[in-house]
Amino acid sequence: MPMLENTTQEVLSLAEKHFNLAPGSLSPNDDFFKKLGIDSLQTLELLSRLENHFNIELPDYEVQGVSDFKTLAERIQSRL
Amino acid sequence: MKSFTGQALRWDWHDGIIELTLDRPPANEIGTVMLAELEKFVDAAKQLAPETAACVVTGAQKSGFCAGADLRELYHRSIELEPNLRAEGVRDFLEHIHAVLNWLDAAPFVTIAAVHGVCFGGGLELALVCDVIVADKMARFAFPELRLGLIPGFGGIPRLKRDLGNGFVRDLLLTGRSVNATRAQAVGLVAQLAAEGEALQIAHATAAQVTKFDAATRAAAKKFIKPVLYEELRREIEIFCDLFTRPAVMAGLKKFVENTGPMPYQP
Repeated sequence: MPMLENTTQEVLSLAEKHFNLAPGSLSPNDDFFKKLGIDSLQTLELLSRLENHFNIELPDYEVQGVSDFKTLAERIQSRL
Repeated sequence: MKSFTGQALRWDWHDGIIELTLDRPPANEIGTVMLAELEKFVDAAKQLAPETAACVVTGAQKSGFCAGADLRELYHRSIELEPNLRAEGVRDFLEHIHAVLNWLDAAPFVTIAAVHGVCFGGGLELALVCDVIVADKMARFAFPELRLGLIPGFGGIPRLKRDLGNGFVRDLLLTGRSVNATRAQAVGLVAQLAAEGEALQIAHATAAQVTKFDAATRAAAKKFIKPVLYEELRREIEIFCDLFTRPAVMAGLKKFVENTGPMPYQP
C-alpha cells in the first residue's frame, strides 16, 4: 500500500492535470472548492476520476464535508 | 412524426433507428414539459414501431444524461397546494410517467440508453427501462430519493430488482450513494463501457447491429427476457404517494431547492 504522502501527491497531480494547472500549483491543505472553483457536477466528475485512477470506490458520504486535498487523500488511503 | 424538436427533447428517425435526445438545462430534469413531450414521443414511436429496429436515448446537456425529476418544479407546485391535495398532484404525474416508461420498457424495438455524466433518480429510472445501457466511463448512477423522505417513483425499485442482485440494489437505495460506470458495469447495470465522449457513437453502433435481426424474433426475445412488473410498479406509486404526505418530504424538497453546496443530492 502506498504511503499517505504518495497518495496525496497523486491526488494533487491528478487535479492539476484535470484542471490544466501548472505542476506544483496545488498544496495538500488547499480548499479544492475555493481553489478550483468547482460546482456539484465537477465534484462528481473529480470523484469519478479519483475512483478510476486509484481503482477504488469512494462513496459520496465519505467525502461529504471534505474540502482539502489532504483529508481527501486520507479517505482514499483508507480504501486502497 | 419522424422528427420533432420541442422545449425539452427532440427525436429523429433515420434508417430504422430513432434518436431521442433530452435537451433541457440544467441537467435534463423531468418535469411537466419533459413529461408532455415524452408522451408525444410515445405516441409517435407507436406509429413508427413497425419500421423501427432500435431507439437510442441520449442527453444533450453537458451535465449528463438526466439528473432525475424536476425537484424545483415539484417543490414550487406542491407548496402552492393544500397539504391534503399534494399527493394527488404527484399521483397524476406518476401515472403519466409510468405509462410512458412502461411502454418504453416493453417497446417492440430495442432501446439503448447512451449515458454520460449524471444519471440520477428519475434519469436512472429512464435508463433502466432501456434494454441496453451504454455508459461513458465518467458517468455516475444514483438513487438519492431517500434524502427527501421518498423512494424512487418512476419504477426504479421494481426494475432494479428485476435486473440486478438485491445486495447492490439495497446499497444503492439505502445509502443514496452514487456509483461510477465501472462499478455499474460490474454489477450488470451497464452493458457496455465507452471512452469519454463516445457513448452515443457506441450506442448507435449497437443500434446498427440490432437492425440486422428479424423484427418478430427480436420482439419475441425481448418480451420473453424482460417482463414488465405491472403489479409492483402499481405498488410503488401507492408507497410513494403515502410517503409524499409526510411533512419531512416538503422539508427535504425545500432543503434541496435551497442547497448551493457541492453535493445537493446528499442529506
